Amino acid sequence: MAVITRDLHLAVRQGGATFLALVFFLLTVTLFPLGIGPEPAILARVAPGVLWVAALLAAMLSLDRLFQADFEDGSLEQLTLSGLPLGGIVLAKIIAHWLTTGLPLLLAAPILAVLLNMNTEGFAALLLTMLIGTPALSLIGAIGAALTLTVRRGGVLLSLLVLPLYIPVLIFGVSAIDAAVHGLNAKPHVLLLAALTLAAIPLCPWAAAAAVKLSLE
Amino acid sequence: MEGMGQFFAMGGYAGYVWPAFAIVLVVMAALWFISDRGWRKSEQTLAALRKNRRQRESDAE
Amino acid sequence: MSLHYFANPTRFTRLAGRIQPWAGGLAALLLAVGFYLALIVVPADYQQGDTVRIMFVHVPSAWMAMFCYIFLAVASAVALIWKHPLADLAAKASAPIGAGFTFLALVTGSLWGKPMWGAWWVWDARLTSVLILFFLYLGYMALWQSIEDGQKAAKAAAVLALVGAINVPIIKFSVDWWNTLHQPASVLRMDGPAIHPSMLWPLLIMALAFKVYFVALLLARMRMELNLRRIRALRLAERSS
Repeated sequence: MAVITRDLHLAVRQGGATFLALVFFLLTVTLFPLGIGPEPAILARVAPGVLWVAALLAAMLSLDRLFQADFEDGSLEQLTLSGLPLGGIVLAKIIAHWLTTGLPLLLAAPILAVLLNMNTEGFAALLLTMLIGTPALSLIGAIGAALTLTVRRGGVLLSLLVLPLYIPVLIFGVSAIDAAVHGLNAKPHVLLLAALTLAAIPLCPWAAAAAVKLSLE
Repeated sequence: MEGMGQFFAMGGYAGYVWPAFAIVLVVMAALWFISDRGWRKSEQTLAALRKNRRQRESDAE
Repeated sequence: MSLHYFANPTRFTRLAGRIQPWAGGLAALLLAVGFYLALIVVPADYQQGDTVRIMFVHVPSAWMAMFCYIFLAVASAVALIWKHPLADLAAKASAPIGAGFTFLALVTGSLWGKPMWGAWWVWDARLTSVLILFFLYLGYMALWQSIEDGQKAAKAAAVLALVGAINVPIIKFSVDWWNTLHQPASVLRMDGPAIHPSMLWPLLIMALAFKVYFVALLLARMRMELNLRRIRALRLAERSS
């Protein structure tokens, strides 16, 4: 808990990272109409996919600061020596990451959905899937961030490791919104997404903690 | 000769069948070649290093 | 430590040295037989014509792509849990082979798909999963490459392999799910005609050839990795003395 508040304080004081992730999200989404044309019908058709892909990339780009700064100034090592279970510390850092990245993305998504002319029936599903899905992005991403801790300039490597693992989140998230937009039942998609996140909650911090431990050795 | 021509034509699909088999052979041969050469090289380096060390040990004695 | 540490690997090197030429020769022989059967003996399919011959390299490649990943994951688990000194070498050595077979499965599938589906690539569930598998191999190899400390790299790669192994079925399931939602009606399924016994034998021989080739190559690569590790140890010892 203390770790969460500490990380949050740091993030608020630095401020920049959250802001950057948001701007990146906004910019990526803006590129799509410029790339494929302003046709409202086409934009509405691709909106769920565009929003999710952009959110995925924005979340991924912010992963490197999950452990990196604390690793470099040694406070990560101090935390592990404090007697707290490493898995718990990692989970706390993941929660802080979600609060500073996933949550802002979630709040910005409806505004961008309006810009993309997305069908209003999909808005509830968009918010719901983002709420359920973005924690999974932080959780899975933590493994990649922990594995690339000792790698200098590990950004590209990190994306190579993490993006394939993000694919199920993307698929279930988008298919839920698509179903809602077309007036179909979105529940199975949402449930699968929820199952994914629930499975990730115990597994990912554990794997990430193992990876953090070996980079501290 | 008729039979050979027919064989190479692959019922009009020569452009797909032959490249598929060719690339399998090429990739498998390349992987084998790279691995074999890497192994031989590592073997040589190791032998040289060991010889070096033995020499130094006998020099020291 | 070093004597005990290398006792087992030394025995392995000797054994591998004895098996490797046999395995290599057998693989070459089986491959020759398999190619002969697939290209000459097997009749053209009444529906797919001669393109059906591509199946004899495509399907075994796809099997090996999966098999190598399972092998990699099991070897990684053994390395992490029992800390067997050869297991992480086996995992590392199998990755490029698996990536090679995955690449072959993709390319031969594309060469089969063009005449059958009229397109080099369709976003079919299987093709998509295999493509993602290819990325997993690349990520695994890249992680090994980028961590300098060999032991740390081994552990990190093993963690990644296990995370990947848990994810492979999830990815497979999600891609199937995605595909049933987006299935274009015109796409022909690859698994269309049930396999005729006259085709099964050549297929099995080819699959066996690929497997024996894997064994021969794995042994060669493991010996290489083992040598490289010894070289590193010797160099370190030299520098410190």
